[in-house]
Amino acid sequence: MFSKGTKRKFSDGGEAISDESLLGARVASSYSLQRQSLLDMSLIKLQLCHMLVEPNLCRSVLIANTVRQIQEEMTHDGSWHMVTEAFCSAGQSPSERLVATEVLCRSREQDAEPKLFSVISYEGCREEEVVADETLCSVSVSNTVSNVCLAGRMGQCWEKSELSGVERDEEVLEDSRLGSGEDEEIATEDGASTESPKTIGQVFGTFEIKNGSPGPDSALEELFSDVDTSYYDLDTMLTGMQSAPKMGPYDLLDSLAPSHSSPSIVSTPNCRSDLNELDHIMEIIVGS
Amino acid sequence: MCRCCYPPSCPTSMAGAGGGGNDVQWCFSQVKGAIDDDVAEADIISTVEFNHSGELLATGDKGGRVVIFQQETENKSQPQCRSEYNVYSTFQSHEPEFDYLKSLEIEEKINKIRWLPQKNAAQFLLSTNDKTIKLWKISERDKRPEGYNLKEEDGRYRDAATITTLRVPVFRPMDLMVEASPRRVFVNGHTYHINSISVNSDNETYLSADDLRINLWHLEITDRSFNVVDIKPANMEELTEVITATEFHPHQCNTFVYSSSKGTIRLCDMRASALCDKHSKLFEEPEDPSNRSFFSEIISSISDVKFSHNGRYMMTRDYLSVKIWDLNMENRPVETYQVHEYLRSKLCSLYENDCIFDKFECCWNGNDSVVMTGSYNNFFRMLDRSQRRDVTLEASRESCKPRQVLKPRRVCAGGKRKKDEISVDSLDFNKKILHTAWHPQENIIAVATTNNLYIFQEKMN
Repeated sequence: MFSKGTKRKFSDGGEAISDESLLGARVASSYSLQRQSLLDMSLIKLQLCHMLVEPNLCRSVLIANTVRQIQEEMTHDGSWHMVTEAFCSAGQSPSERLVATEVLCRSREQDAEPKLFSVISYEGCREEEVVADETLCSVSVSNTVSNVCLAGRMGQCWEKSELSGVERDEEVLEDSRLGSGEDEEIATEDGASTESPKTIGQVFGTFEIKNGSPGPDSALEELFSDVDTSYYDLDTMLTGMQSAPKMGPYDLLDSLAPSHSSPSIVSTPNCRSDLNELDHIMEIIVGS
Repeated sequence: MCRCCYPPSCPTSMAGAGGGGNDVQWCFSQVKGAIDDDVAEADIISTVEFNHSGELLATGDKGGRVVIFQQETENKSQPQCRSEYNVYSTFQSHEPEFDYLKSLEIEEKINKIRWLPQKNAAQFLLSTNDKTIKLWKISERDKRPEGYNLKEEDGRYRDAATITTLRVPVFRPMDLMVEASPRRVFVNGHTYHINSISVNSDNETYLSADDLRINLWHLEITDRSFNVVDIKPANMEELTEVITATEFHPHQCNTFVYSSSKGTIRLCDMRASALCDKHSKLFEEPEDPSNRSFFSEIISSISDVKFSHNGRYMMTRDYLSVKIWDLNMENRPVETYQVHEYLRSKLCSLYENDCIFDKFECCWNGNDSVVMTGSYNNFFRMLDRSQRRDVTLEASRESCKPRQVLKPRRVCAGGKRKKDEISVDSLDFNKKILHTAWHPQENIIAVATTNNLYIFQEKMN
């Protein structure tokens, strides 16, 4: 439960700041702390939505809309820009906690349209630059495709199946599994079985009930039909993934675009079955 | 007038009065379900519905079971006698399914039950889980044929050589047996989770709605349905609004409404076009800028929509309020009732613990003068439209003596808590009343707590 304002502390002179503006500043910073906290909480909820007992698309949509609202407001008052700038200039070590956001963005492959803040820094990642949507800010730097990375403690979050109150304002999440590129495709196939964070589309895709899908036998056959080569691919994938860009909760912002065109990552059936198998293996490893 | 307490209407002006029209006082009648506090997950009640005569009361639970209670026909010459509801039939409507491809279980929880109007001796109801709708026939058997020529009474075939005469089998009475059999199974109509069903006044068709689509079915045809509303965007990432409930107009078989997570209700006319993506009317109340917060949209999401029995109004339930809409006025509701306004300052906590996403239902009484909806702490609210009064009652084990009159409850939002009041922070948010139903003709209500069904009746004499 957030209080509406902070208590005024007795300031021991010296500064010419008026009490009023001091209080105003305190209220404002408390508000932005609350807002940040709400944003973090919402992102965690979105990430964990598939762990709910009852999947609920309505809930996810409402949370996503809340995140959008917060972002828009933060963008308007410039604090979003500050957040991303701060991380841009920060060091690039994996252990460092970074925030990567691609807000209200289009697909990754296209760079024709201007994007909002996309900041990534992570070893092996493609570099990003801070860009801004023309409607929100006047700064426009570049429009490289962004892939988002995050460092944090995703593992911890998964263990806590319930959300704990967001006491930590800057809690960020880490994903240590599949890279973001593959996530898009496999999301609708095995949304719930993978624990990797997803884009909004993937999150919403997990609520589909697949009707008339091929029976378990044909899926297995598909798996077994290319079992030989798939192991190689699996290896490549696994090793490749260590340095692959990693996604985090802010990646969800990636896909909150009203005019987002679908990413055109093509996945061959081989790739899909490999990924299913990969999931299966990861589940065994993780012991879920 | 006390300002720190809710409901705002002062208790002294309603001394002792219950919430129904004309000063109805509500009394405990029955409670169904396990008594102990250990709630089995499968026993959690997920839907409650009276049939059209009120004689039958159906409940669905998380375990996929349907339990039907029947009102005992009491001696009319003794009005003090209360008619009780006793178990009439229990059957497993839906089983859990497993989607192997996605490693996902499709829940067997019954989301909605809707009765069909009775046409013959048998009763029919539609029950649905997330994916599949089933039409069940509930029939009674109280006679049994006896005196077969070729069979013995136990079913063994007689030796043909021993048959020397012919006789006509006759029906003899037997103990009443109630059988439930699935007559139709409507599968694969929905990709997303079904949230509501509604039977048309033509008794031939019905609607089923999931988060993004609404389908029109014919009760006789299970392998096909018409899609009448589709709000799925081409790109799922652009999804910002979902369908939350749908209902057919009670008299006009071409008209239905559906509500959304953005607090809008769309009325559609199926005569206008085959695909009703374009609404005939859009009901939306402009947002109050003074109450704006990050949670505004979430609390505006409509969890239930119900037409009045006379078909002139509809009621919507959002997180904090109940609104009555005149079908002829789209820009604002004609009446708004606060259900638990004291929660407005707690929205952040309720968001954190997900309670803000709870979907409360609402219902009308038989003559559309009173509406009812649930709240937390096993409270439920009766909102009297004609007398502009409201009362909060509680379904609790403490008030379970036969014919015990329910005492109005009061919640204190702040300030000094009076005796008998409960403070907002003491409310139990795990005890929520999401499902309620009102007998179509009498003042009998069914209120579902987590795993118990309470039946309250109007106090006699």
